[in-house]
Amino acid sequence: MTRAAVAATADARTVRLRHLTKQFGPVRAVDDLTIDVLPGRVTGFLGPNGAGKTTTLRMLLGLVRPTSGTATIGDVPYGRLRRPATVVGAALEASSFHPGRTGLDHLRVYAPQAGVGDARAREVLDLVGLGPAGGRRVGGYSLGMRQRLALATTLLGDPPVLLLDEPSNGLDPEGIAWLRGFLRALAAEGRTVLVSSHVLSEVQQTVDDVVVIARGRLVHASSLDDLARLARPRVRASSPDGARLADLVARSGWTTAGPPARAADGALTVEVHDVPPAVVGAAAFAAGVELHELAGVGAGLEQLFLDLVDRPADVAGGAA
Amino acid sequence: MGAALRTEYRKVVTTRLWWVLLLVMVLYMAFLSAVMAWAVTQGAGAPAGGPGGPGGAGTGVDAVRSVYTIAVTFGYAFPLVVGTLAVTTEYRHRTITPTLLLEPRRDVVLAAKLAAGGVMGVLFGVVGTVAAAGAGALVLALLGEPTGLDEASTWGVLARSALALAVWAVVGVGLGTVLTNQVAAVVVILAFTQFLEPVLRLVLGLTSWGQDVSRYLPGAAGEAISGGSFYSDAAGVPLLPAWQGLLVLVGYALVLAALGRVTTLRRDVG
Ligand SMILES: Nc1ncnc2c1ncn2[C@@H]1O[C@H](COP(=O)(O)OP(=O)(O)O)[C@@H](O)[C@H]1O
Ligand SMILES: [Mg+2]
Repeated sequence: MTRAAVAATADARTVRLRHLTKQFGPVRAVDDLTIDVLPGRVTGFLGPNGAGKTTTLRMLLGLVRPTSGTATIGDVPYGRLRRPATVVGAALEASSFHPGRTGLDHLRVYAPQAGVGDARAREVLDLVGLGPAGGRRVGGYSLGMRQRLALATTLLGDPPVLLLDEPSNGLDPEGIAWLRGFLRALAAEGRTVLVSSHVLSEVQQTVDDVVVIARGRLVHASSLDDLARLARPRVRASSPDGARLADLVARSGWTTAGPPARAADGALTVEVHDVPPAVVGAAAFAAGVELHELAGVGAGLEQLFLDLVDRPADVAGGAA
Repeated sequence: MGAALRTEYRKVVTTRLWWVLLLVMVLYMAFLSAVMAWAVTQGAGAPAGGPGGPGGAGTGVDAVRSVYTIAVTFGYAFPLVVGTLAVTTEYRHRTITPTLLLEPRRDVVLAAKLAAGGVMGVLFGVVGTVAAAGAGALVLALLGEPTGLDEASTWGVLARSALALAVWAVVGVGLGTVLTNQVAAVVVILAFTQFLEPVLRLVLGLTSWGQDVSRYLPGAAGEAISGGSFYSDAAGVPLLPAWQGLLVLVGYALVLAALGRVTTLRRDVG
């Protein structure tokens, strides 16, 4: 299905989901997901809120039992990993800290199970820029500081695989820029880095690969470059004389994006691909079609992302 | 398992609540025991059939025991709460997620929590018993009464008092796995230890079959371990032998833990 999914043998750092499915009562939170996440790259795991990202990660981490399908790291399910903190570092969305514990103590609590000592706890605290705040109680940390502490926790055991759920939530622009460089450096060391987000623009400058899900289903998986090639500029035009505008679009041979919006009074709004607004405007003027709106819209990736998650999965999947 | 145990131990000692509870327990036990020590020498709070007024014979070993084991009778809620919090705080602050990420084998997590609960229980048991016995003995000595501390059997009672309190902390861990809501768990503990069990024991003590049943209540089993009891003396109901009391109380801990293992610890976390 995807370039990644056909990889024959799994590296010990490859994350593999096979037909992963989770049903919560009437809700199919994750629906037949098959994905490979490769080492040495930052993969964006994207989808709107409620798409099933967190549930997918929780299944991968053995916290939630899949209804069906499998999830492995280097062909081993998380629950069977010996000293998992040295293989996978995971930070899940909800902040999971005891507010009365200091940042350093939080790390010291888990250090024995990561097989490291207090020195490493201090080291990762410095790595994420929390060194000076290590002696303060987590209850007084900002959301951004908690994100950094969560990241520090994932690094305790120096794992080759990092799974981060919405790590840029609560970070200020400077923090996001820092995170970007940090994740790129981790991937450059050959680690597998998976970052989830509900906004593509947030991770756009960080990721090499993108996996997009919507309503639990895979809608797109490719490199970011391939996704970018799918992003085409569009022009939205509307006219009170819908029939003549439709005629103009047909005669000009423009491809429309989505179905045209027809109003009861005969007005029409269309979106066309691959034509600059100036060309549409000139053609309408020449044909005497009265335009009430003419605008270039959604030329960027974000619009493409929104389209992907908005469309029925099988249609979008075909485009991938 | 060693790493899991160290993690569990660190979880407790890196928060403040445990020593606040320990401090309150020490003060409360010392106070109760001092009052009891004074009362038994006045003949007022003397156990059933203790008409003997002030003067060695009347206070007797049993009376001294019920003073020294006051922590088991009235203070067991403290180790019980500490044990329960070891589980409920994980759900309250969602730290159960990192806990299971670092150790996905849920049996190991549970075993480590039970063991760490026992370690904290020993601390609460020893400190609570020392506070009770210390304050009680001090008052007795000041009143010129025999303290019983020169008898080996008294020291045996003290050791078993600490043991009983330690087991109570393990029971707490088991309870926490069944009842993960912290507020609910604490309310249940307070209602049961401060009201339900004392009333049950008094009511059941009125009939002979009721007496048989009441001996197997957890509080009665805990007292049986230490061998001294305010309630059983007051109600005139004999306790189980110490070793049976130990088995019963450990049984409560294991049954609760097993129940938690197949409910709470089987569930999805998220
Ligand atoms: N424990 C749960 N019980 C019932 N429904 C759940 C549970 N966890 C998640 N869901 C539902 O599953 C869907 C996916 O949620 P989630 O994985 O959190 O999405 P995302 O992380 O992409 O925002 C949502 O509809 C959510 O309401
Ligand atoms: Mg989520």
